[in-house]
Amino acid sequence: MGSEAHGIPTGWRRWVLSTNHKDIGTMYLIFAILAGIIGGAMSGLMRGELMEPGIDFLTNFTGGDVEAAKHFFNVLTTGHGLIMVFFMVMPALIGGFGNWFVPLMIGAPDMAFPRMNNISFWLLPAAIALLVISIFVEGSTYPGVGTGWTVYAPLSTSGHGGPAVDLAIFSLHLAGASSILGAINFICTIFNMRAPGMTLHKMPLFVWSVLVTVFLLLLSLPVFAGAITMLLTDRNFDTYFFDAAGGGDPLLYQHLFWFFGHPEVYVLILPGFGLVSHIISTFSRKPIFGYLGMAYAMVAIGVVGFVVWAHHMYTVGMDVDTKAYFTAATMVIAVPTGIKIFSWLATMWGGSIKFETPMLFALGMIFLFTIGGVTGVVLANAGVDTAMHDTYYVVAHFHYTMSMGALFSIFAGWYYWIGKMSGKPYPQFISKLHFWVTFVGVNVIFFPQHFLGLAGMPRRIPDYPDAYHLWNYVSTVGYAITGFGTLVFLVGVYMTLRSKERVGDNQWGEGATTLEWTLSSPPPFHQFNELPRIK
Amino acid sequence: MTTYAPSHTTSNKKTALALLGVLAVMFALVAASVPLYKLFCQVTGFGGTTQQAESSDGKILARDMTVRFNADVNRKLPWYFKPVQRSVKVKIGEEALVFYKAINNSTETITGTATFNVTPFKAGIYFSKIECFCFTEQTLAPGEEVDMPITFFIDPEIANDKNLKEVKEITLSYTFFKAPEN
Repeated sequence: MGSEAHGIPTGWRRWVLSTNHKDIGTMYLIFAILAGIIGGAMSGLMRGELMEPGIDFLTNFTGGDVEAAKHFFNVLTTGHGLIMVFFMVMPALIGGFGNWFVPLMIGAPDMAFPRMNNISFWLLPAAIALLVISIFVEGSTYPGVGTGWTVYAPLSTSGHGGPAVDLAIFSLHLAGASSILGAINFICTIFNMRAPGMTLHKMPLFVWSVLVTVFLLLLSLPVFAGAITMLLTDRNFDTYFFDAAGGGDPLLYQHLFWFFGHPEVYVLILPGFGLVSHIISTFSRKPIFGYLGMAYAMVAIGVVGFVVWAHHMYTVGMDVDTKAYFTAATMVIAVPTGIKIFSWLATMWGGSIKFETPMLFALGMIFLFTIGGVTGVVLANAGVDTAMHDTYYVVAHFHYTMSMGALFSIFAGWYYWIGKMSGKPYPQFISKLHFWVTFVGVNVIFFPQHFLGLAGMPRRIPDYPDAYHLWNYVSTVGYAITGFGTLVFLVGVYMTLRSKERVGDNQWGEGATTLEWTLSSPPPFHQFNELPRIK
Repeated sequence: MTTYAPSHTTSNKKTALALLGVLAVMFALVAASVPLYKLFCQVTGFGGTTQQAESSDGKILARDMTVRFNADVNRKLPWYFKPVQRSVKVKIGEEALVFYKAINNSTETITGTATFNVTPFKAGIYFSKIECFCFTEQTLAPGEEVDMPITFFIDPEIANDKNLKEVKEITLSYTFFKAPEN
């Protein structure tokens, strides 16, 4: 009974009116891939402009107008950042894999509030539509939002007279509402709907990572929503929250933004941590080393993540004691992160390691995320950061954690679970080619950016002196390699979905121990009508 | 069918209500952030926020402090605005009276308003103003000229703060803006 009690909806109703966590997860994944292609194309335009000194590439899109091309570059940095954060990584890891596998891993039939799950997803296409529209309406003198993803006042208030910033703010409101609803849904699901016997301390690490992540979202997103609402009223309703002329303070916006923004970067990476734990354990054929330490390390990262925000603002003029505090607090985060890295290494130690594609991406993630972590400890020093602030060193740092940490864990999760989700195997050669091309490509893009940053090249600027030419050229070549890697990925997706082969219930054998591997591939439309019992 | 559904529905509702409570608290915090931030700056002298006082308590130390004066005008405000004296040397605890001069160079009556702080920021908590033009709006008729007084003293407590041992000079800075028209 159960699954037959009501039929499976068909046609557009199955998707638009969906209340099924697996279908909604699938839609989130498709959405993330499409948004990732848009965001990736934007970075391609930026790298095209930066390949050679001078403004001579983006002018192709502005009818030769150099000033318009400069603004267009700012629009691209803004769009790339916002899309990758809100419309690629978050939908993929939380909305996609979270929706698909949190209920499966805890033995629940679905999410706690399936209809709310539907609205969480469908707010996102509306949100990205507003953001895309903003590119084409008046921003400052030229179309689009050129503020960067941080939307700092006063550039976003008195600096952008047109409606583009308003549209972007509405877009972020919708994306924020989507995430808050999703967060409530996940917390209720994880707290109340675990199968009998699955205590919190027996819960799979991916579920732990999503739990910590959604708590971060629940606590930080209201602050962000409030801050951008104040921007909106400053722009349109004669308030002066962030304008010194009326007694406000633009610095307050930065504090509010980063009180959200710092937890947000952990939102982007924590689900990846959870995922990588499963993959390392599966392909080492060993249980994860230090399970409880791994779970509470993520809790610690989440908690400390709320009290380090001002390390993004070292140059605004803080006194030495405040800087000393934020430096120390930031470095403390390296401790739980180190616990995770070493526990992954210890899991592999003495394991029977198989280098399947998900394992390659997971290993790549650990290696490259660690590089990003090391440059993070460098940047945590207020004194060093005074020199590095807003240079390409920072860009290299956060792309090593995001574009390699978060993105590699997304790809790792994709190859780990695509067999489970579709019932079809991914192509061996193409997937491994995807890994190696991407691995080489992203490193060629971002490693030279450390050199550029150390040499003082500022970020968010479309032009540079000739001295920076070589490494910018190399970086753009790296982009081309990565772009080819993305094509290989899409070919792999196509080949997977067209495959006539089928995979069994448990594709990975005895290393894969979580509940999703006890179900068929793909799982039935409704699962766990008989609740599994965990001993 | 399984039997767990009803109990889960109630506990889900309870959890969701609690989470909505958390959400409300965070929204309330951000709504209160503007006054809270102001309060925080006033109490701690954060960002060089100066202090208000009725009068000094008469205690004067032998240590000298040079106080320099800076003036900026937002470009939307067509005023001349400069300190009358570049700097003064005072003893810590000693009250001093200084002036800023403002002239309305335009042909219309304009109201201006000023923000201010001191550098280094860490001196803000010890910079006490008794009387100044900073908390009110100034309206000047065309061509009108006004000398705006500031009475201040450096709080003798500064001598007990090891972080301010090396400070021999404090800069008081004002920026005049055109007051918002409401």
